[in-house]
Amino acid sequence: MIGQVFRRELLLAWRRPGDTLLPLSFFVIVGSLFPLGVGAEPQLLHAIGPGVVWIAAVLATLLGLPRLFAADQQSGALEQLLLSPAPLTLLVAIKVLAQWLTCGLPLALAAPLLALGFGLNFGELGILLAGLLLGTPVLYLLGAISAALTLGLRGGGALLGLLVLPLYVPVLIFGSGAVQAAAQGFGPGANLSLLAAMLALALVFAPWATAAALRISLD
Amino acid sequence: MFGPTLDRLAVPKFFYPFAGRLLPWLGWLAAGLLGLGAWWGLAVAPADYQQGDSYRIMFIHVPAAWLSMFTYMVMAGGAFVFLVWRMKLADMLAKCCAPLGASFTLLTLVTGSLWGKPMWGTWWAWDARLTSELVLLFLYLGLIALRGAIDEPQRAGRATALLALVGVVNIPIIHFSVEWWNTLHQPASLTRMDGPAIHPAMLTPLLLMIGGFMVYFVAVLLQRLRCEILEREQQARWLTELDAP
Repeated sequence: MIGQVFRRELLLAWRRPGDTLLPLSFFVIVGSLFPLGVGAEPQLLHAIGPGVVWIAAVLATLLGLPRLFAADQQSGALEQLLLSPAPLTLLVAIKVLAQWLTCGLPLALAAPLLALGFGLNFGELGILLAGLLLGTPVLYLLGAISAALTLGLRGGGALLGLLVLPLYVPVLIFGSGAVQAAAQGFGPGANLSLLAAMLALALVFAPWATAAALRISLD
Repeated sequence: MFGPTLDRLAVPKFFYPFAGRLLPWLGWLAAGLLGLGAWWGLAVAPADYQQGDSYRIMFIHVPAAWLSMFTYMVMAGGAFVFLVWRMKLADMLAKCCAPLGASFTLLTLVTGSLWGKPMWGTWWAWDARLTSELVLLFLYLGLIALRGAIDEPQRAGRATALLALVGVVNIPIIHFSVEWWNTLHQPASLTRMDGPAIHPAMLTPLLLMIGGFMVYFVAVLLQRLRCEILEREQQARWLTELDAP
């Protein structure tokens, strides 16, 4: 059951490559707007680079979230998942994992390329990548709660942003903070550990809260 | 006066008249405390040796900041009770708290900004306390917006309650993240292990103001709850039998 849901999610993503490519290209475009907007001075770009990449990642995540449950709700598959004998918490976790693998992971892997344009050196690129690998799953896990809460509401997309962005503040701070700490000669260890702690916390609580939110939405 | 027992108070039918009887007392108490505190703080308390008279905005700013967080805890408590025991009144409580909390938060941000200009030379700084207070405002706005977007009261209540509880988990995380990220704000001077670090001449009016804000909050909350009960229980029989006040 669990494996089938996982395979189905990956297959659906494979058949609709737009769902993956759209956030990815949005991420790159937002990132490349910054040098045009603030000026292409190398020192300035190097200073804002990590933050820009993280903000672009957060916005790109937001783009895919409304679709997390919407298609399944329209086709009725979501109700089947709710009725299935497997625990809903686990099914939700699998769906979020698949979404992260198809949207979040490509984003994290593309980030060093974008950051190269901001003049980050190789060490910093590695830390940025590590931070994104730890942080983007948290973004999807927290986002899933809000996506479930706003499921089927009018203006759900804009509302989703209002609900979820305040929750993203810590991830953003520690994610970009890791690279900035490294650039100033401190180790990135503390920031990355905190991101890992948030990931652990979100892994435990977020699928559970998402399942509860889905039950409320489909009540 | 305290006729109905506590558990019966959770029933709107008994809560409504009880709150109505309590309200005038709370209103006068709040007015008294706020009036006394304001007079003491603005006219009697000495000027600060460093900040001169401009520190006096503290008598609004600190109680508002206190209440902005206290309201969230009350709201989250209501949300929890509603999710677990499906108590209608708890949902109404959570609903009534959100706009109140948002206003206290906004008041904190505005007075803090007015205080910050002469003290720090800037209206706004991306400091820990300021940033987490701003995030708190966004959380309140999100809760109000989510409730507004769902038509069914029962579903709206449960969805908002869940979000409020997610916010409870996040508030300490946000608080410490911005604390470590950047800090400029003065540290807490009231709640310290070795006692308050404020001279009694300033502390007394401050405590009066905090007490006044608290009583004011409870009074407004009760009034809002009464309106909410009237709105939701329109069809209830006890309400139609009640003499219109």
